[in-house]
Amino acid sequence: MIIRSSDEVPRVTALKRFPVPRNLGVSPESRIERGRTWPAPAGATSVKALDIYRYDPDSEGNPRLDTFEVDLDDCGPMLLDALIWIKNKIDSTLTFRRSCREGVCGSCAMNIDGTNWLACTTFISDLATPATIYPLANMRIIKDLVPDLTHVFAQYGLIEPWLRSKTAEPEKERLQSPDERSKLDGLYECILCFCCTSGCPSHWWNGDRFLGPAVLLQANRWLVDSRDEATGERLDSLEDPFRLYRCHTILNCTRTCPKGLNPGKAIADIKKMLIERRS
Amino acid sequence: MANETPKRSRPLSPNIQIYRPQLTSVLSITNRITGVILSLYAVVLVAWLVAAAEGPHAYATVQVVMQSWVYQIFLFVCTFSFFLHLCGGIRHLAWDAGYGFELGAIYASGWTVVGASTALTAITWITARALAG
Repeated sequence: MIIRSSDEVPRVTALKRFPVPRNLGVSPESRIERGRTWPAPAGATSVKALDIYRYDPDSEGNPRLDTFEVDLDDCGPMLLDALIWIKNKIDSTLTFRRSCREGVCGSCAMNIDGTNWLACTTFISDLATPATIYPLANMRIIKDLVPDLTHVFAQYGLIEPWLRSKTAEPEKERLQSPDERSKLDGLYECILCFCCTSGCPSHWWNGDRFLGPAVLLQANRWLVDSRDEATGERLDSLEDPFRLYRCHTILNCTRTCPKGLNPGKAIADIKKMLIERRS
Repeated sequence: MANETPKRSRPLSPNIQIYRPQLTSVLSITNRITGVILSLYAVVLVAWLVAAAEGPHAYATVQVVMQSWVYQIFLFVCTFSFFLHLCGGIRHLAWDAGYGFELGAIYASGWTVVGASTALTAITWITARALAG
């Protein structure tokens, strides 16, 4: 009942999805259709079924849901291993991003059994049967499980994620005490996988103007950095009914962060900073 | 190559259609929905107060409606909404002050809201029935 860490696998599932029509409010080109089934090779004993979202921009069809049967004796323990196994042995057109395979790069972020997480740190044994693999929620899809992150990265650029200072550059390093450095803990570790942003209902409805938890976490990272001197200007640019204040403390972000970070708290800290500077 | 204009617009990946309902999102939308229900109830409450002010005849008419089973169910929904919104609102106030953002605290406070609202609704209705005799 009480989940203390975002990597806990929920033991009970009351509802797998909200009781809304499968294609609620979906534009015609985004409607998902039933795809084909790709059976496991002959002789496979332990088999796992994965329902995977597919979309081919080079052919005419709509996105579809293909079912793949994975031979568990032939592939590694993680979902990313299963996806690579499918690409090598079954369907080489399956497309997804991946790099580090250890949960530090953020490339393989996708919606796994309804929650956004990294494929490389998801155990196949923790998946439902059949597992449902979708791309990150509410993103324009380039192909299969590859979302177009241009918009969210543009929002990241909007907060100017670099050191801004007016005083002259010091001869050596910009000094920072251990206490000042500890303020960055929980903020610098963000891998920009955008699991949080694509799981935020407020970003679903207002994503064009609301910056989203990932970008706001990074905004907080620069606000609390003692070496940065543009705190006032940063707060000015955030004080906007849409950029910051579309956050209604839904907290799906903290629930889903695959690195265990707390974007909800970071956003609340920004709101506190804005109130405190008024007095 | 990657920046070529695509021949057709890219599909949007599903959001609410497939995202798992979690305590975080469910309690948040419940807070909003109970707020709307309470706004509607405010109108009904004002109608009742106006009827009371109008005199015994008007009040008797309204009382007939209020003693119907349809209205009793509506009233139960409104009391439950009231307590959910109240407890949820207190949870929001705690967040605004900066308390309770660790995931364990989010879940503990969330279930407390559900439990407290159910208990308070039960207490209210049992007390009301007992007082009515």
